[in-house]
Amino acid sequence: MAAVAHEAHGHHDSHGHHDDHGHHEEGFVSKYIFSQDHKMIGKQFLMTAIFMGIVAMILSILFRIQLAWPGEGSDFVSFFLGEEWAPGGVMKEDMYLGLVTIHGTIMVFFLLTGGLSGTFSNMLIPLQLGARDMASGFLNMLSYWFFLISSLIMLFSMFVESGPAMAGWTIYPPLSALPQAVSGSGTGMTLWLVSMTIFIASSLIGSLNYIVTVLNLRTKGMKMTRMPLTIWAFFVTAVLGVLSFPVLLSAALLLMMDRLAGTSFYLSDIIVGGEMLTNHGGSPLLYQHLFWFLGHPEVYIVLLPALGLSSEIISTNARKPIFGYRAMIGSILAIGFLSFIVWGHHMFVTGMNPFLGSVFVFTTLLIAIPSAVKVFNYLTTLWKGSLHLTPAMMFAIGLVSTFITGGVTGIILADSALDIAVHDTYFVVAHFHIVMGMSAVLGMFAGVYHWFPKMFGRMMNLRLGYAHFWVTLVGAYGVFFPMHFVGLAGAPRRYYDYSAYNEFDTSSLDMIMDLNIIITFFAIIAAIGQLLFLFNFFYSIFRGPKAPQNPWKSNTLEWTTPVEHIHGNWPGELPTVYRWPYDYSKPGSEVDFIPQTVPLADGEEEH
Amino acid sequence: MGTKLIIIVALVLGGIAIAQLMRLYELSSKMSKSDESEVGTRDNNLNGRLMLGFMAFLFLGFIWLMMEFGWTGRGEAASVHGKAYDWLLDLNFWIIIIVFFLTNALLFVFAFKYTKKPGVKAFYFPHNNKLEMIWTIVPAVVLAVIIILGLRTWNDITADSGKDAINVELFSKQFDWTARYAGDDNILGKFDYKLTTDANELALMTTATIDTAIASMESGVNGIKTIESKLNDPSLIMVPEERAKMVEDLSRKQRLIRLLYQMREKHNSKIDASAYDDVIQKDTLYLCENQPYEFTFRAKDVIHSAYFPHFRAQMNTVPGVVTRFKFTPDISTKSMREKKNDPAFNYVLMCNKICGGAHYKMKMIVVVLPKGEYDSWMNSKKGPGSFKSIFQPVVEAPAPAVEPATADSTAVAPVV
Repeated sequence: MAAVAHEAHGHHDSHGHHDDHGHHEEGFVSKYIFSQDHKMIGKQFLMTAIFMGIVAMILSILFRIQLAWPGEGSDFVSFFLGEEWAPGGVMKEDMYLGLVTIHGTIMVFFLLTGGLSGTFSNMLIPLQLGARDMASGFLNMLSYWFFLISSLIMLFSMFVESGPAMAGWTIYPPLSALPQAVSGSGTGMTLWLVSMTIFIASSLIGSLNYIVTVLNLRTKGMKMTRMPLTIWAFFVTAVLGVLSFPVLLSAALLLMMDRLAGTSFYLSDIIVGGEMLTNHGGSPLLYQHLFWFLGHPEVYIVLLPALGLSSEIISTNARKPIFGYRAMIGSILAIGFLSFIVWGHHMFVTGMNPFLGSVFVFTTLLIAIPSAVKVFNYLTTLWKGSLHLTPAMMFAIGLVSTFITGGVTGIILADSALDIAVHDTYFVVAHFHIVMGMSAVLGMFAGVYHWFPKMFGRMMNLRLGYAHFWVTLVGAYGVFFPMHFVGLAGAPRRYYDYSAYNEFDTSSLDMIMDLNIIITFFAIIAAIGQLLFLFNFFYSIFRGPKAPQNPWKSNTLEWTTPVEHIHGNWPGELPTVYRWPYDYSKPGSEVDFIPQTVPLADGEEEH
Repeated sequence: MGTKLIIIVALVLGGIAIAQLMRLYELSSKMSKSDESEVGTRDNNLNGRLMLGFMAFLFLGFIWLMMEFGWTGRGEAASVHGKAYDWLLDLNFWIIIIVFFLTNALLFVFAFKYTKKPGVKAFYFPHNNKLEMIWTIVPAVVLAVIIILGLRTWNDITADSGKDAINVELFSKQFDWTARYAGDDNILGKFDYKLTTDANELALMTTATIDTAIASMESGVNGIKTIESKLNDPSLIMVPEERAKMVEDLSRKQRLIRLLYQMREKHNSKIDASAYDDVIQKDTLYLCENQPYEFTFRAKDVIHSAYFPHFRAQMNTVPGVVTRFKFTPDISTKSMREKKNDPAFNYVLMCNKICGGAHYKMKMIVVVLPKGEYDSWMNSKKGPGSFKSIFQPVVEAPAPAVEPATADSTAVAPVV
């Protein structure tokens, strides 16, 4: 690694690097499986995340069918769940909760944390900073393998006899601690905890590596204030992960102790399944504080990389510098900091002291300010641009839209008084799916379309990309927009069947059922639309047209590397950086982009 | 199985069809020599226009949803603070709807208007301090208003209830609710979960209930004596796991019984009276119109959440912790039915925190009565069958061991 570190300063002949490794040909195993190359690891994360994403999406279609047509047998449901969990094609109550739980867990952690950060931090940090590889290739490899193992355990947990974890993705005890309370809190819950423990290890190792790389391995001239916003976003994301994931681990360990060792961290005065427990003095609220101390930064761990990717993509394809580069960095830092002092807004109605609630209202609404700055900066970047509407650009624009639409409803939820009547209803489900789920997924797609040529050396098909974008955007809005109204009607989330409304309010019931059918319809459309992506993605890996060196005419360093991947990224010396990455359409320049490696011309100002 | 086969075949055929189309497309694009990195003007303009089209879809969809479903589900607030809540919610909604329309419109219009045109270069505009100040300060000011108004309402809602509030406890368990009214003295009797028996589901603490709990823990159907005799019976053959379970059960009960004895020692029979006049009510929660209520919440097993959507009230119920919420219902069920023109309408208390398989069924109908009807209902609850009638006259002999082990054998045993 010392060689890599030295070369980061660009004083060595790069061939020295290869000589260190004896100039050997890589075998299949070390190239594709136990690879320590950041580009391959990034691709491994992406593939695994895509697979997990498909699983979680199918789970969501299963429970959407139940919600739209409760009690009606469905071949699709029985195909996946079988007679055991869906007799006659109608899923059991417990299985419904299991599907909801695993859908949330996979989407939040495996697709949008592991997948998004893992793919793009790995891929882009060394390439955009001008480094040969990550600070530690070996730890990077471990990070991926822990991720894979935890993914496999999570998938496996769906097949145990008593069912997967069923306490919701937040796994609040006592429900998650007591197998007598719900069947999924037996083996399924144990596996969930084991899987997440390994996942946290993966995330920590990865994040430490990203931080060290960003701080130490920037190439000559790459000052912190010349880094692309992608790197800033990945960097702050990694810091958030390092500070918050260990707290989730401690929450999980204490829960494990309550489950296996008879301790009473979260349990007090409980009678369950006719059994009077002796646990006394624990507090379920303790778990919620610990969980949300991770849980809220987690939202930004998911969101910031997507915002970073879209900043880069929007600037490149608008052929304009990102507006307010320093303000964008400031917003990322402010959001990162504030995300640690807002967790209590998930707990306004848990019995937490109302005064404490007021403090969290204040800090939470503060986050709206840097978020608003980001939105306005995106809009100004588009203003008077020369937009190349590539699929990546379209997804990035879609992200800005969902970030606005989902963000504004956050203002309602952050207001403790208003939260009272919409807490834990579909209004919340709509809010976080749009602002976190959709934004991050759209950002991830944008990233895949934009950096596909860098990852695989080939181009994806444009037309399929457009079709995929429109189906996804229309489908996803069609799913999550009506959910606000289900929530305003007072419909609680995680309900297996809303027919119970029949007994007290038939007009609300009619409305909820109407909307549920609309939502499920769009969900199915959006899910089928993803086939366009999958096809385009895998087809283009093998048969797409060969990518040019710099397909989007971008300024950042990754486009100065050869199309064919090589170990060490640059065949010759590491590039030297002379300017920020956003010199697009700069007056006085012939072309509309000036790569970071081009020295300042005489008398040229550096933005 | 047939349909599954058809689905699979359809998927495969669909895949092949797309692959063939791709081939065609590739050939044609090879002929026109386009690589996929350059977006053609036609594609660019088409997608720019589609951005506008999508904006129309989004905005019209929103307006349609608003007209069709906007306020119907929520309905009018039926509590005093609910009116203030709705006012605040509407205000916030107008603010965010304006922001939603404005910023989304800018986004999609820009995406349409500034698509690449031949010969037009982008405007180099890296930053502008004045603009950035404006859009930092304007949101900050709007948020300050939102925070101040929000916290004012929050403080009112969470403040202590006055002296005239009636104390009512809502007891939650998988998967139902039980209400307990504080009775004539307006003091809820004390409780301890260890006193739970079938006759005393809410675990109220009186001299008699402590005795009953001890008796059934010691000599009930699954009491300590029974377990001990089973464990010591050489003629009984048990699987080792079953025996281990029984030993564990025994030690648990021995710990609990010690605590019960301590409780009996410390118990002051003077507080019994506050429990005797409590009124326990299942299935339907009756409330009095325009009467302030102080609700306290308990949970027996896992976390539940007491959610009254029509009263704009919600509070989690947490095992081991007592939580509270207050509100004053101000529209009787009868008037609300007239307002909604729905004779079958009822207020409801739902569970809004995932609590197990039948979570979605856990609810209690709430009926708000005018004062007169409420009083006569309350009087009807004080007769036979009340907590008082079961536990106050100490006729119960402390010999529950001889209780018949009916089919409903859990009846006597607090611990099964």
